Amino acid sequence: MKQTVQRQRFQKKNVALAGLGVIASLVLTGCAVNEQPGYQQNGGEPTQVSDLVGTINGSGSSAMAAGQEAWIAAFQILNPGVTVNYDPTGSGTGRAQFVEGATSFTGSDSYWNDTELAGQFPSCEAGTLPWELPIWISPIAVIFNLNGISNLNMDGKTVAGIFAGKINNWSDQAIAATNPGVDLPDLAITAVHRSDESGTSKNFTDYLAAVAPDVWTVGPIEAWPSEYGGEGAQGTSGVVSAVSGGNGTIGYVDASRSGELGTVSVKVGDGFVGYSAEAAAKVVDASPLVEGRESFDLATKIDRNTTESGAYPIVLVSYVMGCNDYVDDAQAELVRAWGTFLVSVEGQNVAAVSAGSAPISDSLREKAQAIIDQIR
Amino acid sequence: MSETKTKTVRRLGDVVFANLAFFAGVSILATLATVAAFLFVQSVPAFTGPEIEASKDGFWAYVLPYVFGTVYASVIALLIATPLAIGIALYISHFANRRFAQLLGYSVDLLAAIPSVVYGLWGILVLAPFLNPTFMWLNENLGWIPFFSGQVSATGRTMLTVGIVLAIMVLPIMAALIREVFLQTPRLHEEAALALGATRWEMIKMAVLPFGRTGIISAAMLGLGRALGETMAVAMVLSPAAVINFAVLTSSNSNTIAANIALQFPEAGGNYTNLLIATGLVLFAITMVVNMIARWIISRRAEFSGAN
Repeated sequence: MKQTVQRQRFQKKNVALAGLGVIASLVLTGCAVNEQPGYQQNGGEPTQVSDLVGTINGSGSSAMAAGQEAWIAAFQILNPGVTVNYDPTGSGTGRAQFVEGATSFTGSDSYWNDTELAGQFPSCEAGTLPWELPIWISPIAVIFNLNGISNLNMDGKTVAGIFAGKINNWSDQAIAATNPGVDLPDLAITAVHRSDESGTSKNFTDYLAAVAPDVWTVGPIEAWPSEYGGEGAQGTSGVVSAVSGGNGTIGYVDASRSGELGTVSVKVGDGFVGYSAEAAAKVVDASPLVEGRESFDLATKIDRNTTESGAYPIVLVSYVMGCNDYVDDAQAELVRAWGTFLVSVEGQNVAAVSAGSAPISDSLREKAQAIIDQIR
Repeated sequence: MSETKTKTVRRLGDVVFANLAFFAGVSILATLATVAAFLFVQSVPAFTGPEIEASKDGFWAYVLPYVFGTVYASVIALLIATPLAIGIALYISHFANRRFAQLLGYSVDLLAAIPSVVYGLWGILVLAPFLNPTFMWLNENLGWIPFFSGQVSATGRTMLTVGIVLAIMVLPIMAALIREVFLQTPRLHEEAALALGATRWEMIKMAVLPFGRTGIISAAMLGLGRALGETMAVAMVLSPAAVINFAVLTSSNSNTIAANIALQFPEAGGNYTNLLIATGLVLFAITMVVNMIARWIISRRAEFSGAN
């Protein structure tokens, strides 16, 4: 007994030491991260470095937060004099802050509405409107956990039926019809949705409402309607763990997080399309621009009903917005460099690698770059 | 002469300490008042501002499922935790040998130091899958009891799982408090009972439990307070819906107020934020009422306990 007590004491001491070590290493790395030039020297390869100096502040979409983090880190290596801040406040708050003139760019899951465009933008020259570019494309995968099945084909109506609680067994005719040769079990379906409000839910239900308005009758929503039942889970990780933890579960998450789970290919035109970066970028190209906007406003109405072969319609598209004509000309120069980096092949790849977004297509890049070049 | 003099002498230390203690005491009231004022002021726009999509049927229709969920989850937690806590406390104070009792005491205290987010993770990844077969069994064999009816969740992230997680979370503080109370049972009462020929169980029934009754009640209320306000673990584990549902094994569970705030706040904007704060005010009121009832019970029972 005495020995155990002593051992406990010893362990306590060890734990304390380990704790000290953790704190010390945190403090040390904290310093290192701030020393951008040092990081650059360690990189080995000499990089072309700009001599821009200044700070750009932005806020908005939290869906884009991981991408913004990656962009900022990479951008600041190329531009050691520039500090970019991005506060993931949520899209609504982000747009409001831009309208108040508190930020010089913003990220948003939805484009400017007409009321906002009719108002004033204090950061921009009076009477000029902001640009907006759909340069954050994030495919949403429909994932499921079913023994031995890694892919299923479904049309939009079936997906809507499952998430609306109307199709509740895997052996249902609607699923079997599009999956000949697949041995579907007689098992209850548990549809998992986000219990927190999220842009992922909004875009997913926007798809359901567009392709199956008679099944999914409540339109695009962020808070799940309780009459549709199903199971709620917190955040992307929550949905992933609920789907992988259950049997016969199905859910929707950022495609980059789908892991080893089975995924659904949805019906587009005459074929079935699984998610992929190219397929996600393709649907943005195939979708019409919102009418009556300025030439530098690429607000896009994502065509969820697209029949373009190889386009994947369940995507979350976020916009980056900024002034076309800044009151502060120095700011314009910084944002031009920042925007150019965001749409560049390198910028899009950085986000794809660290945050799992889908890089934009070359044609969208050309259009976006032309708009960014005009920033004054 | 000298006696009165020593009474009136006030050294610097006395003054400083008295004031420090005074401010410490007042700071509690001040904090409480600030929080209450914040909740009140920030709640108002939820009622005066533009209509909020989430509460289009009115504020009470919005908050009622969450009130129910909060109370329901806490009651389940308490039903599980109270007998367990009494058992642990009795074992530590009256049965276990001293060394083992000490070890057990440390372990119970250690449980209290685990952060709720870890309990949440454990609930999702370990407890829920572990309990699920039991849930299926309960539903198949005891499904005629309304509590166990309905379509069983495939993931085990149900009200009962949350109740169990909460019970484990409130257990340490309850067990520790009850143990302290039991240890204070007057030795004479216990020995008198034993001298009259009581067995150990009879002695506990006659001397320890009556003496500790108020302690048990205060411990339960303390546990209830913690369970009512627990946020992270519930938000992570529970599969919520905005419904009132007594069944504890299904996917549609009434969410708790605190968890609902945690889930909805990050993306809330405009006066939806105020609506969430207003639900926080309701939780504040519930907690206060619970505490007042507890005070009242304790003060009413004090004269019957063996303490005097």
